[in-house]
Amino acid sequence: MHELGITQSIVEIALRTAAGQQAQKIHSVTLEVGSLAGVVSDALQFCYEACSKETLLEGSRLIIDEVPARARCRDCATEYPLTDLLACCPACESVASDLLCGEEMRIKEMEID
Amino acid sequence: MCIDCGCAPADHHHSAPHTKGGAKTISIEEDILAKNNRLAVANRALFADKGIFTLNLVSSPGSGKTTLLEKTLADLKSEIDFAVLEGDQQTANDAERIAATGVPVHQINTGAGCHLDAHMVGHGLAHFSLDKLQMLMIENVGNLVCPASFDLGEDFKVSLLSVTEGEDKPLKYPQMFRASEIMLINKVDLLPYVRFDVAKCREYAERVHPGIKIFEVSCYTGEGLDQWYGWLKEQVARKGK
Repeated sequence: MHELGITQSIVEIALRTAAGQQAQKIHSVTLEVGSLAGVVSDALQFCYEACSKETLLEGSRLIIDEVPARARCRDCATEYPLTDLLACCPACESVASDLLCGEEMRIKEMEID
Repeated sequence: MCIDCGCAPADHHHSAPHTKGGAKTISIEEDILAKNNRLAVANRALFADKGIFTLNLVSSPGSGKTTLLEKTLADLKSEIDFAVLEGDQQTANDAERIAATGVPVHQINTGAGCHLDAHMVGHGLAHFSLDKLQMLMIENVGNLVCPASFDLGEDFKVSLLSVTEGEDKPLKYPQMFRASEIMLINKVDLLPYVRFDVAKCREYAERVHPGIKIFEVSCYTGEGLDQWYGWLKEQVARKGK
């Protein structure tokens, strides 16, 4: 259940940013989460509700934009979408690849008053 | 609050507000694990400065991490100065087992937490004298999921997989085996009694992590430990002092 620790970081960063902006209200927080980041969106939502209680974030919406993973084949340099870590290159069937994106976990933006 | 590791949320962050209706959208673009990663970078710099080779041992509960450590420490402590950080949700049982070998050990109890993070490790280091230390072993919480995401500042993650668990673990938990440079297949003395296909296991691990280094060991009979020890000594010499 490492989503709890991750959510605590999200709340910490969001509240720090809100304080810096002298926000009166927070409407939403938007994340970019890679499809291979190893976190479960439902668990993040669940933890967010709990962690935002009695803070300026209470009642705000957590929006999670999923970033699909892409890889580049080490053998033939073809770029392809990686649905899971076991997929192989559609051009040459090599399994050796470098991940281009899909493991990110970033707070993108927030909407405040 | 600790001033060494920035527990206090004092960092300034630039943001670019723009208005949308009554509300403003603030761009943040900050990595959620940035704090852990910053602390991991600090740990790694300290290890480099002091010449300490550091491994982060990960596996399911019961794969034999503590037994591997007991055996390794007993056999190598006359040649290498070790210290051990033990991570568990509860109890100091593992730390007591390590302490019995005479090697300095500190137990970190994570409570509800399912993994160690760089902050806990940074504070754990305060319990050792780092100037003499050559190798730090960090035994993570038994869990093949969460510890994969948290850099502790180690040189390498080492995944342990015992032959009683099934050869397809690398396929089921690819994130962890992808993050680990080393895999130990443990309890190979039990191979005659269990259905575990070593060749398949190697193939699966290679598939999620091309080039992963694999050792086959038994802490009970000692089989394969010489190769593991040889690699450890090589790494300590390379890092160090």
